[in-house]
Amino acid sequence: MKVALLGLGSVGQGIASMVLKKGLGITITGLADSKSGIIDAKGINIEEILVRKRGGNPAGDTSVSAMDVVQNADYDVLVEVTPTNISTGEPARTHITSALRKGRHVVTSNKGPIALHHRELLTLADTHHVSLRYEATVCGAIPIIHILEHGLLGNQVKALHGIMNGTCNFILTRMSEEGLSYEQALAEAREMGYAEADPSYDVKGIDPAIKLVILANAIWNLGVTLHEVEITGIDQITPEALRLAGEDDATIRLIAEAIPARQLLRVSPRILPRSHPLVVKGTLNAVTLETDMAGSLTFIGRGAGSIETASAIIGDILFIREQYDGCS
Amino acid sequence: MVQVSMKLEMKDTPGQLVRALKPISDTGGNIIAVIHQRESLTRAEVIDVQVVIELPEKRLEELVARMNEQGVTVQRIGTERLIHKKSLILIGHIMHTDLTDTVDHIDTTGYAEVSELELIMPAIAEPSSARMMIKATNAEAMNKALEILRQVARKKDILVIESLEENG
Repeated sequence: MKVALLGLGSVGQGIASMVLKKGLGITITGLADSKSGIIDAKGINIEEILVRKRGGNPAGDTSVSAMDVVQNADYDVLVEVTPTNISTGEPARTHITSALRKGRHVVTSNKGPIALHHRELLTLADTHHVSLRYEATVCGAIPIIHILEHGLLGNQVKALHGIMNGTCNFILTRMSEEGLSYEQALAEAREMGYAEADPSYDVKGIDPAIKLVILANAIWNLGVTLHEVEITGIDQITPEALRLAGEDDATIRLIAEAIPARQLLRVSPRILPRSHPLVVKGTLNAVTLETDMAGSLTFIGRGAGSIETASAIIGDILFIREQYDGCS
Repeated sequence: MVQVSMKLEMKDTPGQLVRALKPISDTGGNIIAVIHQRESLTRAEVIDVQVVIELPEKRLEELVARMNEQGVTVQRIGTERLIHKKSLILIGHIMHTDLTDTVDHIDTTGYAEVSELELIMPAIAEPSSARMMIKATNAEAMNKALEILRQVARKKDILVIESLEENG
């Protein structure tokens, strides 16, 4: 199966290194980072590219752009893992729509276009009889979209609650367990590489709200947007508040919740008993689904990381291969 | 609605317990628990039964009268008017935004009150944290009280953290 890979940051490198290590019948025939691109129908030498990239050099030819790869490479699946832009979804949206119009499948970890243009992109994929898969956009390695689409057929999902941001969960875990202040726990998260230089996207609850939008649209096809989510972050939480919660054998976690019957889409810090299944530690993510037949189901796993996200991307690529005969 | 716990004494004859409990539904009440302890028998022909019920407050006297008509002696009545409890955490300048006023907003409703408050003030000018227990007459009253608190907190820039379970 031939794959064109756009984006060679942490996720892109994770995918490339796993393809190199495991084979999996995947050949990378096109590749682009932010400054360069390569097209080779016989298969690109991944090892060489990774060495070059880790040395701080562009992966390929600076005269070849990502769009050149989309338009001219010979591939079955476009893997779009460029950085997310949540206000426009670009340039990922253009990459994705161009590939779909050419009748190519698309697999992405890019939250921007999926959160902003879910219906439009899925309709476009349908029109061209190809797949658009986005498992890697939410909850990292947890195959939540697969579960929703294939594992719970016949069930009605009534509500969804989850911990969808590892950075916030790490900060709250450290504050709760060690009595650290918010600032101390955030500094620690930065040191560990869990938080960005500007952490507001995570700690103000925007990132989990985007994931909530993606999941709500995936489950109920509601066509909701980020503006419809009521968002409160964790940046005002004090160690004293966690101590007070602890007196009731409870703790505080940042919970994303969607209950369509109550038109509720909310991300907010909440009090949970310590024994609650959603109270996971560190950077873990967790999602609970309330269903009519299967009852309550909780899934726990790593929400981020280069190889963990590659797991979701590769799962989507191989799923497409199984679904569509004729892909080699 | 009010929650009432009653200790009843009645004759140990077939069907007597059913007859004793019938007035509860007749007066619009719900039975929450019936506790019948045979070992606490004092006299062979009499049994003691404890019931916990919920009923409209105004009909409590009528219930006792109807039970008496059935040959049941009501030995003791205990009532707890505010039966719904909810624990919250507040973060912000809780004292300096007039805590009394915040609490009064709930206490003056007549259907809910702040029953516990634990406040931690780490340093001057730093936000305080508080754990607040609200009690209300029923679930609907609790929701109304919470909405009042949310509005007051928004005006005073206080963060209210609610529990997940009861909102789920």
